[in-house]
Amino acid sequence: MASKVFGSAVRRKEDPRLLTGQAKFTDDFTLPHMAHLAVVRSPYAHARVKAIRTKKAAAMDGVLGVFTGKDMKDAGFGPIPCAWVVPGSNAKTPPYPPIALDVVRYVGNAVAIVVATDRYVARDAAEAVEVDYEPLPVVVDAKKATEKGRPQLHADVPNNLAFTWTVAGGDVDAAFKAADVVVSERIVNQRLIPNAMEARAALADYRSATGEVTLWVTSQNPHIVRFLLSLDTGIPEQKIRVIAPEVGGGFGSKIPHYPEDTMVIFASKQCGCPVKWTETRSENYRGTIHGRDHIQDVEMAAKKDGTITGLRATVWANMGAYLSTASTGIPTILHGLMLSGAYDIKNIREVVHGVFTNTTPTDAYRGAGRPEATFMVERLVDLVAAKLKMDPVEIRKKNFIPPFTDGHAVATGLTYDSGNYIAALEKALQILDYKALRAKQADLRKKGEHIGVGFCTYAEICGLGPSKVAGAVGFGGGLWESAIVRFHPSGKVNVFVGISPHGQGEETTFAQIVSSELGVPVEDVEVFHGDTGQTPMGWGSYGSRSTPVGSGALMGAIVKIRDKAKIVAAHLLEASVDDVVYGDGKFSIKGAPSKAKTIQDIALMANVAWNYPAGVEPGLEASAFFDPSNFVYPFGAHAAVVRVDVETGEIRLERYVAVDDCGRVINPMIVEGQIHGGVVQGIGQALWEGAAYDDAGQLLTGTMMDYALPKADAFPTFELAMTETPTKVNPLGVKGIGETGTIASTAAVYNAVMDALAPLGVSKVDMPLTPERVWRAVRDARR
Amino acid sequence: MRFGVSITVNGARRKHEVEPRLLLVHYLRETLGLTGTNVGCDTSQCGACTVLLDGKAVKSCTMLAVQAEGASITTIEGLAKNGKLHPVQEAFREKHGLQCGFCTPGMVLTACHLLEKNPKPSDADIRHGLEGNLCRCTGYQNIVAAVKEAAARM
Amino acid sequence: MYSESFEYFRPKTLAEASALLKKHRGARVLAGGHSLLPAMKFRLATPKALVDIGAIKGLSGIAAKGKAIGIGATTVHAEVAASKLLQRSCPLLPETAAQIGDVQVRNRGTIGGSIAHADPAADYPTALVALGATVVVRGPRGERKIPAEDFFVDLFTTALKPGEIVTAVLVPVSGKGTGAAYLKHPHPASRYAVAAAAAVVDVANGVCSRASLVIGGVSATPVRVLKAQDALVGKKPDAASIGAAAAQVEALVPDPMGDVYASGEFRVHLASVLAKRALAAAFERAKKG
Repeated sequence: MASKVFGSAVRRKEDPRLLTGQAKFTDDFTLPHMAHLAVVRSPYAHARVKAIRTKKAAAMDGVLGVFTGKDMKDAGFGPIPCAWVVPGSNAKTPPYPPIALDVVRYVGNAVAIVVATDRYVARDAAEAVEVDYEPLPVVVDAKKATEKGRPQLHADVPNNLAFTWTVAGGDVDAAFKAADVVVSERIVNQRLIPNAMEARAALADYRSATGEVTLWVTSQNPHIVRFLLSLDTGIPEQKIRVIAPEVGGGFGSKIPHYPEDTMVIFASKQCGCPVKWTETRSENYRGTIHGRDHIQDVEMAAKKDGTITGLRATVWANMGAYLSTASTGIPTILHGLMLSGAYDIKNIREVVHGVFTNTTPTDAYRGAGRPEATFMVERLVDLVAAKLKMDPVEIRKKNFIPPFTDGHAVATGLTYDSGNYIAALEKALQILDYKALRAKQADLRKKGEHIGVGFCTYAEICGLGPSKVAGAVGFGGGLWESAIVRFHPSGKVNVFVGISPHGQGEETTFAQIVSSELGVPVEDVEVFHGDTGQTPMGWGSYGSRSTPVGSGALMGAIVKIRDKAKIVAAHLLEASVDDVVYGDGKFSIKGAPSKAKTIQDIALMANVAWNYPAGVEPGLEASAFFDPSNFVYPFGAHAAVVRVDVETGEIRLERYVAVDDCGRVINPMIVEGQIHGGVVQGIGQALWEGAAYDDAGQLLTGTMMDYALPKADAFPTFELAMTETPTKVNPLGVKGIGETGTIASTAAVYNAVMDALAPLGVSKVDMPLTPERVWRAVRDARR
Repeated sequence: MRFGVSITVNGARRKHEVEPRLLLVHYLRETLGLTGTNVGCDTSQCGACTVLLDGKAVKSCTMLAVQAEGASITTIEGLAKNGKLHPVQEAFREKHGLQCGFCTPGMVLTACHLLEKNPKPSDADIRHGLEGNLCRCTGYQNIVAAVKEAAARM
Repeated sequence: MYSESFEYFRPKTLAEASALLKKHRGARVLAGGHSLLPAMKFRLATPKALVDIGAIKGLSGIAAKGKAIGIGATTVHAEVAASKLLQRSCPLLPETAAQIGDVQVRNRGTIGGSIAHADPAADYPTALVALGATVVVRGPRGERKIPAEDFFVDLFTTALKPGEIVTAVLVPVSGKGTGAAYLKHPHPASRYAVAAAAAVVDVANGVCSRASLVIGGVSATPVRVLKAQDALVGKKPDAASIGAAAAQVEALVPDPMGDVYASGEFRVHLASVLAKRALAAAFERAKKG
């Protein structure tokens, strides 16, 4: 393998178009005679729709049509399917009509749509649609929603329980009975709004003559969207082309198949012209999925010496008003199965209640279930340490799973692939200069300054995943990946992949792989993705799977190309295939390296086939599919140093150290970028972000003026380092890195703040750690 | 009601009759087809729509097209000259200051304005100077590095 | 989001602008638009007409006017923040302007627009009241000069009468022995002031001879802390007297504003802490000045 390209910080191929404004995001497309769609949304969290009067809107200049849920239903457009229903959980999947039929169940639920020649006119007309609502009682809190006598969202879903799922391993009750210490905590892992900088958009072009539709949509997984559209629009799958053009971030929020996807198709069909819908940010805050929103009652049992023996939890996971595409898998499979963290906790039991409430539906948001698990474990570990007066580092060292390279089974039933947790922590401690830091902290405390150090030593599950497992856990699709490598006569290469990156840079990293493995310059490789009309079937980009799974498929195609190229080379070199060896882009005869053909020579001959081995197909193209044998389990140790102004409650992040291990690194520049961004998102949850509803179900953080996103001036320069523990799950030994930062940083920063406040007697403040909450906690502790 | 505007965009004088309520960003994107300027919010927070108005960074979503009468505007499309990237664009690529690229046009133009006013900014100056631009991908670290790199190149 | 349709006028003179405002009932003045346009985009404000004063000559700029400095109504925050004249003669104002919004907002938002909007979380009102500034307005009946303290009447309500337009703000030139500071706790998302304190003090022979303390963000309008004056004037500015002055804030606002980010109680607490710190900074500067 040519190591120059693999493992080096190759500048991104994606950048020139993005830096010059030439990239085309969904809203950048304009088709001839294109109309604009605006959605009339419910201002009530729960109400019966008594009447919709559309006449005034329909009569406005430029309005092509006003449609209701009934219109869509009558035209054969069905409810939006939930595509992940966890088995054994008594799951209920009440229908989610794209436009509400008789009852609206969250603020932002669609009640009508307007199509007009201009986006301003569409908005004017949407404002002119009159809807009579009969307000119904509202419930927004997941735990309360399960109590008797609370408002019920759906018929046949008693107590709003969408599902109840249990994970158990070992004998947890015995562990707690035998424990020397038990700590318990009520953790609210608050609701977050994903906030991809590009809100959603969808543009449909339906041709009545052929019954074909093309949908440009902000999606992380166009093939899944196509599959689901074939179920709810009635248009057969082969007549649907879904294109995810440039996509401006997703973080999970562009996984789901959304009502608006079908609205624009319906409207294009009805109006006989292309129809585009572009979400505003305020609409995005109500109509695009939210993430997290758990109420967790957690207990941890340990021995006097710090050995953690058990974890027991009950979780109320707020699903919102309907089950979004992947929703039920997030607080279960991606959460509950990771409760052993980086430790050997022999006895674990968790019961998860998925609950309907009058809020925007929740689904995967960066980390998706794992941040909620990691926070739970890492916080409780600190509480045990505090109770035993142990250093948070020592308790972690004591409980780590020892280094392993060939799999390690944990109590929840998973088998981690490889790990060396102690090495990552030691590296972080060294960067921190931990002893000196603690000494400085003690000094400053004497002066009345409040500095805190916090850790998060995580292990996470990603690289989703073996399709067999996907099927067993109720995921409504496969989780393999695909790739086509196509050599042109000139020796240049196109790669077509089923993944759908939207900022992660796989156009570059996959070109690096092709370059390293086949001896083609990176600039000679173009990677295509995100268009079902052009790329092979694949399951998309989420769950940090694009590189670990997608590169497996790419490697499969590369091996096929190499094997075929060897046959052609043998023919051209007049040698036996067994005597041809490959190295550095050249196929040569064993022992006679001067006699060689480059991959470009072979690509030319394979494409023209003038002088060609008998019985061999012309062309140099290979297609491969890869279904991994296991998930991958990246890990690391993150540490934060914070300063708290106890007078105002303000928190300043002074240092952040991140040591991560994602196996082998293809492009360190891109890996670091993923960590930076992930860390900031996780810190956002700890310090600023939180979607808040009032009791009437109104979103109090309904615009970017209210929902606080991390800004540049809140951060120091992060200190990053890597360890490298390859996996055997895929050919390149790579693990995912898209979510680790988010999974780790929330707990690291939270633990640091609690460490700073510990001398004041504060050990708990709900997230986000706003100044007011910190100030109140300090004040109350002093009373 | 329509109102005549005459605006110089990326060096070319453009004249149109527009509705007064037309936002400058929609004038650029839809009337002129310059879709590099993006809309990321509706409350003037995100900065994705930032353009240079007579050399100063402004949010084109919080301005009517008619208010730009007589002004000279630079959008991201006007930054590279003769196919050569502007030093700020080059530095963003060099330092991996972008991922999904949606905030990038606004971020780059704000950086241009920042460097115009302060050619040798510290990290703190850069972070403070970018407080009106949100990025959800990069965590800002490489954007800060890119602006520093651009300062060194300019 | 997109606003409703409206008529648009771009007068060349103030007289013309006044006449248009009078003729078109419900018309609003448009300057930088950074308060008005966001409200219009959400259709929270639906004026039938906008009178854009951006083309009126002489409304923008900063110049000394006797013992005061005049700042034209359409002067943008960035210009105020960068003004050498103001930094020398009335440093509180540029210090305040530099904390408004963000770079882009400061490049477009105007001082006249900000104060005419009278947002309780805006920065200028607090500083202007502390400074004892004067707001100059012109309407169909000519020019009026309104003390800043009287200009802010209530939530989003000013002393402007129909047809009147803010033309300038006059701030006093600060003398030797004067120190001032503006401190705020910005909302993490909007950067508006959750709580703010502006302090202007005079020190002569080590003794405080004047103390003007105003808090913002907690009430419908800026609140002058009159008792802070009593706690400080005639005394040596030290931790005790400053603390006593700042402590007056807590008792001052019986019904503070609160929201999901910060309760009224916390805003008042923040304001008292900021008051203490602003006074300390102001006295420190007075010593040096």
